[in-house]
Formats: sequence, structure tokens, C-alpha cells
Amino acid sequence: MSVIPAALATATGLGVAGAVAGLVLPQRGRGVVVGVVAAGVGVAGGTAGVAALGGSRWSAQVSGLLPLAGAYVEVDALSGLFMAVAGAVVAAVAVYGVGYVAGHGSHGAYGLGSRGAQAVLPLFALSLLLVPTAASVTTFLMLWEVMALTSLLLVLAEHRARPAVREAALWYAVMTHLGLVLLLVGFMVYAAQAGGETFTALRDGRAGMSPTVRGLVFVLTAMAFTSKAGLVPLHAWLPRAHPEAPSAVSALMSAAMVNLGIYGLLRVGFDLLGGGPAWWWLLVMAMGGLSAVYGILQAAMASDLKRLLAYSTSENMGLVVLGAGAAGLFAHAGNEELAGLALAAALLHVVNHSAFKALLFGAAGSVLRATGERNLDLLGGLRARMPVTAGLFAVGALGAVALPPGNGFISEWLLLQSMIHGLAVPGVTTASVLPLAVAVIALSAGLAAAVFVKALGVGFFARSRGAEAAAAKESPLLMRVGMGLLAALCAALALVPGLLGDGLERAVAAVGFSGTRPVSGGGLRVRLEEVSATLSPLWVVAALAVALGAVMATVQWAARRRQRRTQARLWDCGGGVPTPRMAYTATSFAEPLQRVFDDVLAPEQDVDVTPVRESAYLVERVRFRNRVPDRIEHRLYRPVLDVLAAAGQSARRLAGGSVHVYLGYGFFGLVTLLVVLVVGW
Amino acid sequence: MNAVGYAAIALQVGAVVVGAPLLTGLMRQTRARLEGRAGAGVVQPWRDTRKLLRKEPISPVGTGPAFRWAPLLLVATALVLAVLVPLVSTDTPVRGRADLIVVVALLALGTLALALAGLDTGTAFGGMGASREMTIAALVEPTILMAVFALSIPAGSTNLPVIVAGAADQPARLTSPAGLLAIAALAVAVLAESGRLPVDNPSTHLELTMVHEAMVLEYAGPDLALVEFGAQLRLAVLLGLLASLFAPWGIATSGSLVAVLLALLLVVLKVAVLGMALAAAEVFWAKLRLFRVPELLAGSFLLALLAVTASYFLGGE
Repeated sequence: MSVIPAALATATGLGVAGAVAGLVLPQRGRGVVVGVVAAGVGVAGGTAGVAALGGSRWSAQVSGLLPLAGAYVEVDALSGLFMAVAGAVVAAVAVYGVGYVAGHGSHGAYGLGSRGAQAVLPLFALSLLLVPTAASVTTFLMLWEVMALTSLLLVLAEHRARPAVREAALWYAVMTHLGLVLLLVGFMVYAAQAGGETFTALRDGRAGMSPTVRGLVFVLTAMAFTSKAGLVPLHAWLPRAHPEAPSAVSALMSAAMVNLGIYGLLRVGFDLLGGGPAWWWLLVMAMGGLSAVYGILQAAMASDLKRLLAYSTSENMGLVVLGAGAAGLFAHAGNEELAGLALAAALLHVVNHSAFKALLFGAAGSVLRATGERNLDLLGGLRARMPVTAGLFAVGALGAVALPPGNGFISEWLLLQSMIHGLAVPGVTTASVLPLAVAVIALSAGLAAAVFVKALGVGFFARSRGAEAAAAKESPLLMRVGMGLLAALCAALALVPGLLGDGLERAVAAVGFSGTRPVSGGGLRVRLEEVSATLSPLWVVAALAVALGAVMATVQWAARRRQRRTQARLWDCGGGVPTPRMAYTATSFAEPLQRVFDDVLAPEQDVDVTPVRESAYLVERVRFRNRVPDRIEHRLYRPVLDVLAAAGQSARRLAGGSVHVYLGYGFFGLVTLLVVLVVGW
Repeated sequence: MNAVGYAAIALQVGAVVVGAPLLTGLMRQTRARLEGRAGAGVVQPWRDTRKLLRKEPISPVGTGPAFRWAPLLLVATALVLAVLVPLVSTDTPVRGRADLIVVVALLALGTLALALAGLDTGTAFGGMGASREMTIAALVEPTILMAVFALSIPAGSTNLPVIVAGAADQPARLTSPAGLLAIAALAVAVLAESGRLPVDNPSTHLELTMVHEAMVLEYAGPDLALVEFGAQLRLAVLLGLLASLFAPWGIATSGSLVAVLLALLLVVLKVAVLGMALAAAEVFWAKLRLFRVPELLAGSFLLALLAVTASYFLGGE
């Protein structure tokens, strides 16, 4: 029982110590010390999470820690799941980070290695672990804001190198704080109605609230949480901030921070508010489905490797939220078993996504550090130069494409099963929503395959298309070790998901659903009334391995005599040796998909043909520009920003610069307020 | 039951492995005859395979493990499918593993491996083929899974033997609107997955129209034999799957060896008829433009969605 407080105290102590170490230590050795301490934070926090998943619970109250309200913490299995995930990611990424900041002259190492960034990193790691422990509104918001601020500072780490970093950080700062405002308002309304701000009081107070108020609280908090999770339409910060942050930070943000948006949604929606009417969950599912398809479509168009991964995060969070929404829908219809199944699928996908996305961002960072290049069009050929990174990226990509034997397949299979069996819930709503949900999952899985074939095939295979990629060197050992840990985690999740079984079950139960124990032992088993389905990943892998062996043996045997494999020139159509410039780039790979989804994506194309002066038929130069802007962002944010800018411009007339006028404003403002109060009362 | 079950699997895999090239040969022969040519004979694909397997293995300069392993993985996935899909018996030792979603995913895994190999060559053709193949694969996925959904509703499971056995028990399921719509949708998806007309033309080598062939252009010798064999296996398994799902009559549902042998004979017949019908139809079809393919697939997706809706709303009666 005492594991959790001890582990949490250790994590906190280490986090603060790491921040101090980052501040005071000289450049030499700073990275190592901070990395080790941050890894300790991850291990300690992860231990607390695992203990909570194992069935321990712990709560405490520290009155003096926060003014007025005091701090409340409580750890149950749901918190435990998110803490365990964050802990594992933090520990592996911290190891990776030590290698990342080591050595001068490598691209981007100085940003994360700076005094400020190294001081903030352990605090960010700590906040990721502590947010799920909060058990009162004040504590939660406090930790939430610490997480937002520390991550903002880390996003800014490389601001000297690229102006784009500043713009991205500005977007992130504004959106995360708008989210905070929404959360503040939502929780304020809730706490005022419930008559207390601890989560216990909120839980007790929900019964007396009108449906309108509950709906308002849900919508406000859900908007804030889905924005943190990077869901469309409040996703605009994610594809900017995640690529511009140093890769270790991107990994933490994409694999641990966005999860907390999901955590918040589950905690408030299911635990505190105790579920709600169908429209809540339909809204959530709509956002999830939209994010899944739109996110992966944008990823398919992206040729910036980290932007691609960021949009893929948006997609995966969309799938998770789709599952969570379905759980809410089933729970509303009274089918708790099915709700538990959908929620288990969603939570399992959170875990799987964290594992492979941290790995993918790590590998992307490895490429970025070696080449200084994130543009897939200019990469290529890294398989030969950086074999370990390429192999690890392939492991992560296998998870991301949701095909066996990757870990993503397990959770998407469970998600699909919960949707397909969801038709057991009577009603036209489920009958019309669930087929669409299945279609969304299928389309996003299909597009994800195209996306990661592009990322791996164009970025790592073939030949180098840029000088930087041709001169790339494999990353330092510690980076490879950090990524190797994550790859091992992916493999474990893919082959023996049963290890998670009990913990997942408890996390689902913590929200209040009776589980069906879908994941146990060697495989997955869905058992509901009248339906059943099983999947054993180990069997699939073994079958594939046996088949591979059989095919190889047969080919050997059929060849009669052993022949050495020889090398030959590529087929060149008689036109001379093909140069790397002739190879397909990421942009050309995505072109058919861009055409197919032309109406959705609205790409901007610009062809500029300059003929030579003597004849209009002889072309001197052709310039082609292709850009796929984020259309939702364009349509939704631009008008709002324009209106705000116009309002700001017109308000400038009020500020003439004369102190008298300003004093007058103060006077009139006060008088108006008093008048309103007098009349109003 | 167990011994017969294992025998059923062995027979099924044997039939698929031996029969897949013959099926392709039969389709080519049918087509040749309909076009007024003599044709090379049904056994020609086997002769090609033997010839290619004995040649010296060659890798193009600059390619890596992805290029080398993709053909092996393609054939391996197809073999696992040949074990999983219930063609002759629904009562086999692997009946609990034959989940339809897993089958679809394994098909996609083979496609993906070849696409990566195409990109690994670093030529324009390889990339072009991979790009087109993945585009089509991405768009087929919703159709297939939606058809899976439609099929699993009456059976209450995505488990293939359960679906097939259920349909063999109650043939009315197949003639219901949902069943018919699902057949149509899945048939289009199968055409796209196996790279047949009108989605892709397996006998073209024109760069404007190549999809699958562009991807595997750099393969030669034993590797090429595997790629071709893999494609033939996939076609045979997919046609067999169609036959099992929509004409399950005769499939062995009990553990008697006679029933299994009869079922084997029947499924070979069914697949041969399906293959010949497809070959005959292909004589009259032209390949669709690449950018018209999404329209075909969207149409088939719509059919599948209708099938799901129909099976839900009409299922209660």
C-alpha cells in the first residue's frame, strides 16, 4: 500500500532535484545528470502507476500546499494507467535525451541541451506524472498549467535556430490557455453547483444538477480536453508545436501529454459527471471520427516527417476518442459490458499509441540530428547509413499501420470488435453511427498504411536525395538504447498484450463499468452474449514465421544448387542509369491520394512556365509549387483571427495616448458598474 | 475430429498451393480462347515458376532487406491465409483463429511489404507502383471491413468458420438483400485486392496503366517466381473465400473424411468456375483510369454500407 506515496515522493524529489541540477551544472555533464534524474522520475512515477494498476489505491490531502484550497491527490487504476504510460515514455525518452544532447556540432543538440531547457525538462516529466493524481479542481488546474507552461518552454528550446519555432509556440501558448480558460469556466460552474471543489464533492454533487448545467460543464471541459488531445477542430497547435519542439520533447508531448487530454475527458465525463445523454457522446464521436480521417489525410499529404507524425497523433487520439464516445453511448443505453469493452479498447490504444509514437518521434529525432533535415523529399537512403534507426522506425511504423504483428493492430481489432458488436444495443442511433465508425476506423487504417509506407519507404529506403542524407551518421548509443526500450515495449504489447489484462480491467472498472476482461493470457477474447471473437497475436506471428521458413526452404530446395545472390544494375529503360532525382518523393507518392481527396483537402497548386525569349514553345524553366494547407484551420481560424485583428485595430482609436482620456475611462467604467449593480439588485 | 481437421487443412493448403498457378493458367487459357488465340496451356504458370526458381538470384544495386524479404513475406502471408480461410471444412483446428479482420489485415500486410520493396528500388517505376497500390489499398479497406461488418451481423461474430457454417445452415441469409449487397461489395473489393481488371491489369507493362507490375518491375529469377506465386495464391484464396462466403454449399461442417474430400472437389470446381467467369468478363472490360477507380470503390463502399443498414433494419423480421 505504501508503494504509491513513496514512489510519488521520490518522483517529486527527483524532479525538483533535476531542475536544480539543470540550472546549476555546467554544460559538461549537465545532460547526463538531468537525463538520469529524469529517467528516475519516469521509473518512480511509472512504478506508482503500475502499483495503482495492480489494485492499490491511495489518496491524501495536504492543506497547506496550495493557498485557500489545499492540495488533494488520489490515485486509482485509471490514473495509474496514464501514469504508467507516461512513466515508461519518460524513462525511455530521458535515456534517449542524454544521447540527443551529447556532442557538439550535431543538429539541434544545443537547443535541448541549454541550461533553461534542461532545468525545465524534469519538471515537465514530473507534471506528466502528477496530473492524473490530482483529486481537486485547484490541484488539477495547477498541475495542468505547470504541464502546459513547461512544455511551452521546451517547445521554444530551438527558437534561435528557426523563426517557425516562435510562431508555433505562440499558437501553442494561445490555444493551451484558451483551453485553460474553458476548463476554468467549466469547473467553476461545476464546483459552484456541486458545492465543493474536490473530486469527491463533484461526484456527490452531480445528482442535484440540472441536465443543462451538466451538458454545459461537459461541453466546456470536453472542448478543452480534446484540444489538448489534438482533436479536430481544436488541433491547430499540434501540427505546429510537435514538429518544432526538440524531438525528445515531441516524443513526450505526443506520447504522454496528449494522453492527458483523454484522461481528463474520461475522468470528467465518466467518473465525475457519471456519464450523460447520447448527444454528449455523439458529439465526442463526431470529433473523434473527424480527427481520425482528417488527421491521417493531412499526414498522408505531409512531407515533413515530424509534421506527419504529429498529424498521425491527431488521428490516433481520434480513434481513442471514438472508442470512448462509443463507450459513453453504450453506457447510456444501459449496456455496461459493451461500454467496458469499448473503453478497454480505447485505453489499450492509448497505451499502444504512446509506445509506437514515442519510438517514431525518437527515430525522427535521430534522423533530424544526423541530417538536420525533416523533409522526406530530401531524405532517403538512410537504411544504409543509419541501419539501427531505420530498423527501429520500421518497428514503430508497423505499430502505427495497425497490421499484424504490430501492436496497433491489437487495439484497433478490439475497437472494431466493440463497434461491430455494438449493434446489440438497440436503437436507430447506434445502427446508423456504428457503421460509420467502422468505416472511419477502416479508412484511417488504410490511409495509415499508405502514410507509413511513405515515411519508411521514401525517408529511409531507396537512395539519398540530398547531400545531408547521403552523409548521415548513426546516432549515439544512448539514443539507440532509449529507442530500443520503446521498441521492446512495442513488441511486448504486440505479442503478449495479456500482461496488461488485469490493469486494463481495473482501469475500466475505476470509471464504473463492469469489464469483460477482453485481454488476458496469450490473447484477446471478446465474449458477450451471443457473440465471441478471439485473437492470439502470438499465434499469428508463429504462423507467419513458420510459413516464412517453409517458403525459404522450398526456394532453396527448388534452386537445386546453392547460388550466390549477385547484384545488377537497375532497369533503366535504355535511358542511362537512373539518378536519385528520378525516384518517387514523398510529394509524388502522395499525389494520387491528394487527387482522390481533392475536394476535402483543397490543395493549392501553382505552375509557372517561363518560355525562352525566342520562342513561346521552348521552355526555359518550369516552376511547380504544391501546398496542402490545413483547410479546417484555414476556414475556421482565419475568420476569427481576422475579426479579432479588425476589432483590435478599431479599438486603437480609443487609445489616443492622453492620460485624461484613460482616467475618464476608469471613471465611467466604475460609474457604469455601480449603476448596473444598483439597477440589477 | 482432430485428425480429419488436420487432414482438411493439409488438403486445403495443398490444393491452394498446387491449384493457384493452375487457376491463373486456366484464366489465361480461357481468355486466350475467347480472344481467338491458342493459349499457352493451363500448366504454363507452373512451368514459368520452375524456370524462374532455377535462375540465379539477382538484386538490383542499392536495394536492401525490404526488397529481399518482401516476396517471402508476400507468399508467407498468403500461405497463412490459405490455412485460415475455411475452404473445405469449417471444423478445423484453426477455426478459432480464423478471424475475418485478421484475414483482411494479413492481405494488407502482403500488399504493404511489396509496396515497400517497390520504394526500396529507388526508381520511378517502383515508387509509382507503390504509390498507386497503396492508394487503392487504402480505399479498399473501408469496403472490405464494411462487408465484414455486414456478414458478421447475422452470424454474431467476425469468425469466418462461424459465418460460413451459419450461411450453410441457413441459405436464406445469402439471398436476403443484405447478403446480396455484401456479395456485390466484397466482389469488387476482391477484384481490387487481387489486382484484376477493371482496377489493375495483370498483363500490362505500359507505364501509364501499371500498378502491381510497376511495383515488382525490378524482380527477377526466384524472387520474381515468389512474387508471381504470391499473387496467384492471393487470387486463389480470395476467390475461394468468395465461394465459401456466398456459395458455402457442400463445405464440410462435420468431421467426416468423405465430406471433406467432397468439399475439396466442390470448392475446386467453384473456384474454377469463378475464375473462368472472371476471365470471360475481363475480355469485355477495359481497365479503368486510375482516378476513376476511387469511384468504383466508393460505389462498392456504398453497397456495403447499405448491406449493413439492410441487415440491421431488415434483420428483425
